[in-house]
Amino acid sequence: MVIECKHVWNHISGYLDGTLTAEEQVMIQTHLEHCEICSAILDSARNILVLTADDRVFELPVGFSERLHARLAAELGTVAGDTPPSPM
Amino acid sequence: MDVQRGSRGGDRDEATMIASILAGETQLYHELIRPHERSVYMMALSYMKNEADAEDVAQEAFLKAFRALANFRAEAKFGTWLISITLNEARNRLRRKAAVPMESLDVPDDEPGAVSPALLRDWREVPSEALERGEVRSLIASAVEALPEIYRCVFVLRDMEEMSVNETAEALSLSVPAVKVRLHRARMMLQKQLAPQLRAVVPAEKKRRWFPW
Repeated sequence: MVIECKHVWNHISGYLDGTLTAEEQVMIQTHLEHCEICSAILDSARNILVLTADDRVFELPVGFSERLHARLAAELGTVAGDTPPSPM
Repeated sequence: MDVQRGSRGGDRDEATMIASILAGETQLYHELIRPHERSVYMMALSYMKNEADAEDVAQEAFLKAFRALANFRAEAKFGTWLISITLNEARNRLRRKAAVPMESLDVPDDEPGAVSPALLRDWREVPSEALERGEVRSLIASAVEALPEIYRCVFVLRDMEEMSVNETAEALSLSVPAVKVRLHRARMMLQKQLAPQLRAVVPAEKKRRWFPW
């Protein structure tokens, strides 16, 4: 069965997450094997997901954890374990 | 694409820790929240759009969670419960400021697939190498920040913090189909915007190294 590229685009997320039905999976896979454009779209979408999941893109502010645990320790009356004192 | 992070899979330990904290061992709370610091901060940042406010919201959310720990229902995941507290805290602050127009999280979805992807021929640089370039990180961060709120918060939890679809739905009080639709839109919006930009900043000599998928 031949499907259009637009139909494939609607299933890219499901394809990446492996949540398509077996029939859909085969249909999309068959299309991807013959369509350079859709194959490139899938690869670029997957690359972007890999990049955005990388902790280096959105880093925690320096000292975030120390300041958080210092505040918790102050308000809860606890000792922040091995957390060094806040540099504030 | 799921990666087991932090305490996920360690629910029994988490439940034991929560019981101990409620029994008076409050210092264990520091340990309980460590695996969730990043996702709470990222959720706060996705709403507040600046680091200082996001940090403030994250701190407040952890404090409120501690004060409300006795109300935590064990059938929920502690991480998703924390996220929902963070979301409430962020939205309340924005509402108080009243300077930022709020988008409803409950707006009905249109038909899926309304966003057409970028019809590029090729962008397959090895992602880890691309991240060595500060320019690439900046492009990605800007593109995620520019997503409409209803798509951004789903994307942050599911694809950046790698929660499951069910956890994302629970944390945001959305249905699973709504999460899937919004996630797809967010991904396609990012693909449309980022793929041509990233392709443009990738040096030609690096294109020979492809990911083997």
